[in-house]
Amino acid sequence: MSLELIPLAILMFAVTYPSRAAGILTPGLDRLPKVAFDYLQLVGPAVLAALAATSVMIVVGDDDKPSFHVGIEWVAVLVCLALVARRRNLFLGLLSAVAIVAIARATGLSPMPA
Amino acid sequence: MSVLVFAGAAQFAAVGYVASGLPWPGVILLTALLNARHLLYSAALAPWLRPVRFSRRALMAHVLTDEQFALTLSHYRRINTTDERGYWMAATVGDFVPWVGASIVGAVIGAQIPDPAIFGMDVIFPAAMIGLAVGLITGRRELVAAMVGAGVAVLVALLSSPAIGIVAGGVIGPLIGLAIPAWLAAETAPLGSFESAERFSMPDTHVDTATVSSEPPAAPGARP
Repeated sequence: MSLELIPLAILMFAVTYPSRAAGILTPGLDRLPKVAFDYLQLVGPAVLAALAATSVMIVVGDDDKPSFHVGIEWVAVLVCLALVARRRNLFLGLLSAVAIVAIARATGLSPMPA
Repeated sequence: MSVLVFAGAAQFAAVGYVASGLPWPGVILLTALLNARHLLYSAALAPWLRPVRFSRRALMAHVLTDEQFALTLSHYRRINTTDERGYWMAATVGDFVPWVGASIVGAVIGAQIPDPAIFGMDVIFPAAMIGLAVGLITGRRELVAAMVGAGVAVLVALLSSPAIGIVAGGVIGPLIGLAIPAWLAAETAPLGSFESAERFSMPDTHVDTATVSSEPPAAPGARP
């Protein structure tokens, strides 16, 4: 097992930890303007939706160029969304999403990701 | 790397970048960009974690991931108070141990495992993210923030990179959510009011500078 990437991991930690700790450790955040709290309340849904959308809609090629992707993953994620919104059951949503993609790929309806 | 960085997306990206021969400064810069969204998570959780000691908050910060943030915030909102034990339960049992354990298994016997995409495993991440987002949507403002955040993220990602797109969506989505007129948002607590801030932050810990001198403090646990 190669150890040459450990310094890289330490450097990656060094740039990741501050972004995780800055908000939690900064004193006086409760004295922000109240509208700032309203803003922060909306951050969670926005970031999580952004993560989901870029994961299923964007593919980065070997040339590092991002491109728009349409595929069975859209259907799977939408089914998961509907199930969680309707039944409040994330496990069922994830199971359904995985099953849809697996079946579509096994039957040749959808190609394997590059 | 899984123990130190503990950030799936950044780790996957780093492996790809290293394999493609990108110099380390580039990998580190992209890691910083990709993980910049944690700053938003951290700020959003700050009011809830205020009662926790500084040293323990410093440790809690290391395990703050997408999943941890969504689970923690929805849990705190539901029980209406801070639950440090709950935070650590989710972080260790639900996140850290499985991630590091699976990383070790992957490193040891990864070559013998068939491509997870055959089983549709690659869709778990986006499906989990959208499912967790649904758990945080309690009104029209959150819904608009999520939809705009997703749209902006995709657009910006196409023009630059997914990492920048995610941060752009996370910053712009809430701004548009806030811009929704009150009559359309159907809010019970007006924006910028004590009630609105209390709805988000840990109850009875928010400093209401406008009324602190003129109104008696609310009873512990009381809701506006």
